[in-house]
Amino acid sequence: MSAPTRSENPTRLAAHLRRRARWRWPEILFWLAIAVAIFAVPSRAALINEILIAGLFALSLDLILGLTGVVSLGHAAFFGLGAYTAAILSSEGIADPTLGLVLSSLIAAALGLATAPLLLRGADLTRLMVTMGIALMLGELANRNSWLTGGADGLEIAMAPVLGLFPIGFTGQRNAALYSFVVLFLLFALARRLAQSPFGLSLLAIRENRLRAGALGISTPRRIIAIYALAAGYAGAAGALLAQTTQIVSLDLFDFHRSADVLLMLIIGGAGNLYGGIIGAAIFIVLRDVISGATPEYWEFWIGALLVVLVLVGRERFAERVRRLLDRLKRPAAWEEAA
Amino acid sequence: MSAPALEARGLARRFGGLIATDNVSFSVQPGARQALIGPNGAGKTTLINLLTGVVKPSAGSVFLEGEDVTALSPSRRVRRGLSRTFQINQLFPDLSPAESLGLAISERNGSGADFWRQAGSKPEIVAEIEELLRRFGLEDAMDQPTHTLPYGKQRLLEIALALASRPRVLLLDEPAAGVPEEERRDILAALAALPGEVAILLIEHDMDLVFNFATRISVLVAGRLLCEGEPAAIAADERVRAVYLGEDAHG
Amino acid sequence: MLTILLDGIAYGMLLFVLSCGLSVTLGLMNFINLAHGAFAMVGGYVTALLMNRAGVPFLVTLPLAFFVPAALGVVLERTLYRRLYGASPLDQVLFTIGLVLMAMPIANYFLGDQAQQVHLPTWLSGRIEFHGVGIGIYRLFIIGVCGVIAAALQIFLVKTRFGARLRAAVDDPRVASGLGINVDLLFAITFAVGSGLAGLGGALAADVVGGIDPSFPLKFMVTFLIVVTIGGSNGILGALVGSLLLGVLDVAGKYYVPSIGAFIIYLVMVVTLILRPQGLFARADAR
Repeated sequence: MSAPTRSENPTRLAAHLRRRARWRWPEILFWLAIAVAIFAVPSRAALINEILIAGLFALSLDLILGLTGVVSLGHAAFFGLGAYTAAILSSEGIADPTLGLVLSSLIAAALGLATAPLLLRGADLTRLMVTMGIALMLGELANRNSWLTGGADGLEIAMAPVLGLFPIGFTGQRNAALYSFVVLFLLFALARRLAQSPFGLSLLAIRENRLRAGALGISTPRRIIAIYALAAGYAGAAGALLAQTTQIVSLDLFDFHRSADVLLMLIIGGAGNLYGGIIGAAIFIVLRDVISGATPEYWEFWIGALLVVLVLVGRERFAERVRRLLDRLKRPAAWEEAA
Repeated sequence: MSAPALEARGLARRFGGLIATDNVSFSVQPGARQALIGPNGAGKTTLINLLTGVVKPSAGSVFLEGEDVTALSPSRRVRRGLSRTFQINQLFPDLSPAESLGLAISERNGSGADFWRQAGSKPEIVAEIEELLRRFGLEDAMDQPTHTLPYGKQRLLEIALALASRPRVLLLDEPAAGVPEEERRDILAALAALPGEVAILLIEHDMDLVFNFATRISVLVAGRLLCEGEPAAIAADERVRAVYLGEDAHG
Repeated sequence: MLTILLDGIAYGMLLFVLSCGLSVTLGLMNFINLAHGAFAMVGGYVTALLMNRAGVPFLVTLPLAFFVPAALGVVLERTLYRRLYGASPLDQVLFTIGLVLMAMPIANYFLGDQAQQVHLPTWLSGRIEFHGVGIGIYRLFIIGVCGVIAAALQIFLVKTRFGARLRAAVDDPRVASGLGINVDLLFAITFAVGSGLAGLGGALAADVVGGIDPSFPLKFMVTFLIVVTIGGSNGILGALVGSLLLGVLDVAGKYYVPSIGAFIIYLVMVVTLILRPQGLFARADAR
C-alpha cells in the first residue's frame, strides 16, 4: 500500500474528524422502524412505550457512565424525582404534559447539579455509595411525606392532551407511545450532537485518562458537573414520561432495584455509543416479559446469571465482537481493505 | 532582568516520614535547555508533579513567569502555559492521535467546551492538527486508535500533545524511556526541533541525550538539589561522579 | 433511654459481626462484594432449619452457621471471585449484584418465601432489670458474643503471625508476596472467615430482624455498605465504630423520630462521605 500523498492527508484528516457526525443509514432505519412499529402494532403500544421510557432512562445513564466514565448506583433518584414532580404538578392543576415534562426535567437537573460536586472526591466506592445514598434518601423522604407524594398508595394523575391535540390517557396508548418516541428522539439527537462536539470528545478523554485530560487544560470537575446535571435532566424527563403516560407513580421508583435495572440495561446494550441504552432496554424488557410469563419468580435468577456471565466474559470483549460483526455486515469491502 | 520562566522556591514534600523533596529552589530561564538528572529515587518525578500541581507541596511555592501558581490546579497551570509529558505514556487509548491533538488545541483555543459545534469543523484547528502530525511523523497513524500505535509513535504523540497547548514552559519526563533503539532517533530529532522560545526542562537518565541537549544541568539527589551548572562543569564535578558511580568511585 | 442505647449497641455489634468480613475484603483485596449479605442469609438459614426441622439447640447451630458459609465462601472465592480481583469497581459491582440476584431465587426455590423464624431458647428470652434499666437477655447475649468476637479478631490481627502477614498483605500485596507470604492463601482464608462471620451474624440477627427470608441479602446490603463506608476499610476498629454508630443512630432514630426513619442513616452516610470521602478511619492512601 503506497503512502498517501501530502495533498490527500488534509481531506483524510477532515473526514476522520467528522466521522462521528454523519447519520448513517442503520441509524435512520432504527428510528423509522420504531415509528413504524407504533403504528403497525398498536396493540403493543404500551410495551413500546415502556421500552422507550426505559431507553431514555438508560440513555441518561450512558451520558455519565458511557461517555464520561462516572459510575452511579443511584440514578433512579432523578427518575423518581421527575416522575413525582410531573405527578404533583398535574395534581396541582398543571395538566399540560409538555410543560410538566420540561419543569420535571429542570428540577431533576437541579438536583443533579446540586449533588454532582459530591462525586468529585473520593474513590469509586465512595461515588457508588453517595449516589446510592441520595436515591435512598429521596425514597425515604417521599415515603415519609405522604401528604405530598401519596405515600405507599402513590398518586393518581390526569393529563391534558399533548399540545392540546393528542390525548394520552388510557384510551390514547398509541399517542402515549408517539409522545415518548418524539421526546426520546429529540433528546437523543441533542445528545448525539453533544457527543461529537469538542465537549463530548473531552468527556471521552476524561473517561479514558482523567489525569491527561487535566494536563491538556480541561477543567475536569466542571465538565463532570455539567454532564451529570444534563443526565439528571434526561432521567427526570424519562420519569415524567412514565408518570404522564401510565398515570401512576409509586415509591419503588426510588428503589435500588431501579438503579440496578437501568445499569443492567445499559451494560447489556453496550455503554458509550448512545444506542446501547435503548437496545438494552428493549432486550431487558422483552426478556423479562418472556421469562416472567414462563417462570415469574425466577426472572431475577436469569438476569443475575446474565450479569455474571457478561462480567466474566468481559463486557468490552462482548461488545467488541458484536461491533466487529456488525461492521462486517455493513461494509465488507472496507473491512477487507483494512485487513 | 526578566522573571524566570519557571521558578521553585523552597519546595518541599513529605509523605508521612519520608521526605521526597527537601527545600528545592531553582529556576528555568525563558528559552532554556535545562536538564534535571539524578539517581533513581532522587525524587525527580515528584518534583515535576509539584511543579505542575499534581501534588500539593508541604512547603514552598512555584512561580510561572513571575506569577505565584502554587494554589492553582494542574489544568489552570496548563492554561497559563505550563505543559508536561509523562514518564509512562498518558494517552487516550481509544481516541486517535488526530482527535487527541484536536482536543488539546481546542482547549487552548477556548473552544474546548463547545457542545453544539461539530468537532473538526474549524479549519484553523484542523490545519494545526495537520501540522503537528507532520512535524512528529504521525500522519500515517492519524486516524488509528492510539493504543494500536507502536510504542515509539506513542511517545512522539506524548510530546506532540504537550506541545499542542503551545506552552511557554515544557517539562519532559524521560521522553526516551522505553523507546526501542530504532525509534530513538525520531525522539531526539523531535526534541532538537522544539521551538526556541519555549523553556524546556528535561528529566533524563540517558547521559548522551542530556549532554547533547542541555546547556544547563541541575542534579537532584535524595530530594535535594546537589548542584547546578554547565554540562562540562557537572561532568567534572566529583560529587556528581560519586553519586552516580557509588562511594568507591575511582578516577 | 439507656434501654434504647443498649438496644442500639446490640444492633451495632450485630452489624459489626455481619459487616467486618465485607470491610476486610474491601480493605485487603480492594474488592466490592455486594453479595456479602447472601452469606449472612445462608448462616441464618442454617440455624433456622437445623432448629426447626432437626430440633438442634440454638447454641449448637452457631458454629455450623459459621462454617457452612465459610466453606461456601472458599469455594466461590477459588472459582469465581479471584478472577475479578483486578477488575474495575463497576465490574465487581455488576458481578456481585449478579450473584445476589441468583442467590435469592435459589433460596426461594428451595425454602419458599416465608420468613424462617428462629425461636430462641427460654434461657435467652425475656428481660432483666439492672439498676432500673431494662434490657433484653438476648440483646445482652449478642453484645457479649460479638464483643468476644471483636476482641478475638483484634488480638488475632495484632498478636499472631497470621495477623501480621495479613496486615502486611493489606499494606502492599506485591511486597508481601515478595517476602514469601502466600497472598493467595491469605485471601482465601480471609474471605472464608469473613463469610463465616457474616453467616454467624445472620444466625444471631434472625430473631432481631423477624426471621430469615430470601430478600435478606438485598434488604441489608445497603446497611452493610453504609457501615463499611462510614467506618472505612482500615480494619476492626473502624468497622466497630461504624457499626456502633449506625446501630445506635438507627434504633434511636426510629424510636424518637419515627417520621424520619431510615433517612437519618442515609444522611449521616452522605455527610460523612462529603467530609471524609475515605470514611472515618480509612488509610491515607485508600483507593
